[in-house]
Amino acid sequence: MPEFEPIVVAFCCHYCAYGAADLAGSMRLEYPTNIRIIRLPCTGKVTPIFLLRAFEKGADGVYVAGCLEGDCHFIQGNLVAKPRVNYTKKLIQEVGLEPERLEMFNMSAAMGPRFAEVAREFVERIKQLGPSPLNKKFHIQSDAA
Amino acid sequence: MSDEFKSGSNLERVLKSGTFAVTGECGPPRGADAEVIRTKCKLLKDKADAFNITDNQTSVVRMSSISSAVIMIQEGMEPVMQMVCRDRNRIAIQSDILGGAALGVKNMLCLSGDHQRFGDHPQAKNVFDLDSIQLINTVKIMRDEGKFLSGEEIKGAPKLFIGAAANPFADPFEIRAPRLGKKVAAGVDFVQTQCIFNLKKFEDWMKQVVDMGLHEKVYILGGVTPFKSFGMARYMANNVPGMDVPDELLQRMKSTPKEKQAEEGITIAVETIKRLQEIKGIAGVHIMAIEWEEKVGEIAEKAGLLPRPTL
Amino acid sequence: MVIGERKPFDEIMKMLEGVKKIAVLGCGGCVTVCLTGGQDEVRVLSSQLRMARDKEGNPIEIIEKTLERQCDPEYVELAEGMASDVEVILSMACGAGVQFMAERYKDVPIYPALNTTFVGGSKKEGYYVERCQTCGECKLYFTGGICPIARCSKSLLNGPCGGSTKGKCEIDPEVDCAWQLILDRLKSLNQMDRYTDIMPINDWRTNRDGGPRKMIREDFQR
Repeated sequence: MPEFEPIVVAFCCHYCAYGAADLAGSMRLEYPTNIRIIRLPCTGKVTPIFLLRAFEKGADGVYVAGCLEGDCHFIQGNLVAKPRVNYTKKLIQEVGLEPERLEMFNMSAAMGPRFAEVAREFVERIKQLGPSPLNKKFHIQSDAA
Repeated sequence: MSDEFKSGSNLERVLKSGTFAVTGECGPPRGADAEVIRTKCKLLKDKADAFNITDNQTSVVRMSSISSAVIMIQEGMEPVMQMVCRDRNRIAIQSDILGGAALGVKNMLCLSGDHQRFGDHPQAKNVFDLDSIQLINTVKIMRDEGKFLSGEEIKGAPKLFIGAAANPFADPFEIRAPRLGKKVAAGVDFVQTQCIFNLKKFEDWMKQVVDMGLHEKVYILGGVTPFKSFGMARYMANNVPGMDVPDELLQRMKSTPKEKQAEEGITIAVETIKRLQEIKGIAGVHIMAIEWEEKVGEIAEKAGLLPRPTL
Repeated sequence: MVIGERKPFDEIMKMLEGVKKIAVLGCGGCVTVCLTGGQDEVRVLSSQLRMARDKEGNPIEIIEKTLERQCDPEYVELAEGMASDVEVILSMACGAGVQFMAERYKDVPIYPALNTTFVGGSKKEGYYVERCQTCGECKLYFTGGICPIARCSKSLLNGPCGGSTKGKCEIDPEVDCAWQLILDRLKSLNQMDRYTDIMPINDWRTNRDGGPRKMIREDFQR
């Protein structure tokens, strides 16, 4: 049976989190390949449906990464995102998914190492939780094995 | 206040004679056992001029006030039937007024009623067809005009002495005297105040009441409740809306040794009554010894109010 | 506007037991404004339902649609094509919308996804409060624009009661005492005489107590 490799979707804001991801790359820092990055102009664009769709399509974990609080390029986008992420944790809990599969992180564009650290820690968290019950690929694979 | 009696009740006679009146209170049981009331009546007999019977107080279901009042009458005592607006619409209210009067009730206290959220049936429907002021007016119309609210004639008007509650300790303070004014305009004959612990505030309120001339239009009885313990004092200070317990009193109860606390509570109650007797506009005292009915006699005696006059 | 709240998820799942194809129908009226039953909420609920059913191994097919309103026949009509295509319509409209849909589409069960709660408005985005009990005889002239029937827990017309504490209602320290608000307003408007006058007993016939109500514009009847 193949080891469980989570699919993690990371919604990253262009100005900070994505910048940090870039920096992590230039610094040749290693972080898991499980992360699929989706770049947004600002985490303020995230609404619950984005996050739900990711889970619906089989993501095992999802996180939103934005600027440090107080430093959002669009002033309040990351502050708007935070309660939405918390609300969506409740929505996925209603469906029967663990709320820990969803998280929000804050970092500045200079924090390359932090980006890598978040990626590593989150993937580890999801590995502990196991595959999402909606992750068809994994379940089909394991049936075939 | 006219020369004729409105109901001829004992309470009315005592108040009209100018004697300092005393009313007590009796809580009905949470069951259909009439003996509980009879037992309480035996403890209270002759200790006051009339006794309030609460109506599903704090929205907790108990034997009804009207039926408990009838049992009290059978025991040879005079009840003050209470009615809240929370549970009955105007049809039931007028009906129970007729019923109570027919069964010998002569005094009735008109109250809004605690919200059902506080009681054992918070899911119940909220009636409040009338409010307390409209209820006072309803009894007055029925008694003095002999008419129902619909305007039709009552064959056998109920003769009830109309009472209400007054709470000088609730907010906003500035409206409490004008609110009494509204109750007077609606036709109230006597009011009993919420239990008095903050005498200073009470005196302020009475001053406003006297300035408005209300003391000449309505008999005011000051409410007094003895503390059973420091715990009770603290509970009342913190958990009962519209209750004002000054820190000095709390301290006094707290610093009293536990076995003496009940005695101290009685002492405070007696002191309060003595103060009340000196305030202009006060016509009597309403002793509320909640679930401690046996102490009403002791308090009345220590305050020099026994024996009660027979008129 | 009419405010509602989405029913508990488990309750909705239970309504859909054994059903394989539904429509989740949103409403562009009040429930969109109070963020409970508009297009966004239709998408969120549909996604949740699909996920929950997938998890059970019992997938559900969902058509997502939002109408301008569900309380007007001309808009309710627009759901016709979809109505014949599904086993159940889960309406995210208020109780009125659900009923108009049910009346029009007699062969399809229309289930409510919301608990309709009150008539009110926004204090700010995402924060809605009750203001009107639809008593049918507005008294706001007498009470400085603050409703004693809707906002006083006991609907007193000659308040406040003895439980008013520091401007809050005895039932909940977060609920304002309506009569405190009314008195403050009457004072600032110099209308205290409207307090001193006794407000007469209410005629509840204009309220729901008198039976279900209707309103007719004569000039629009053909």
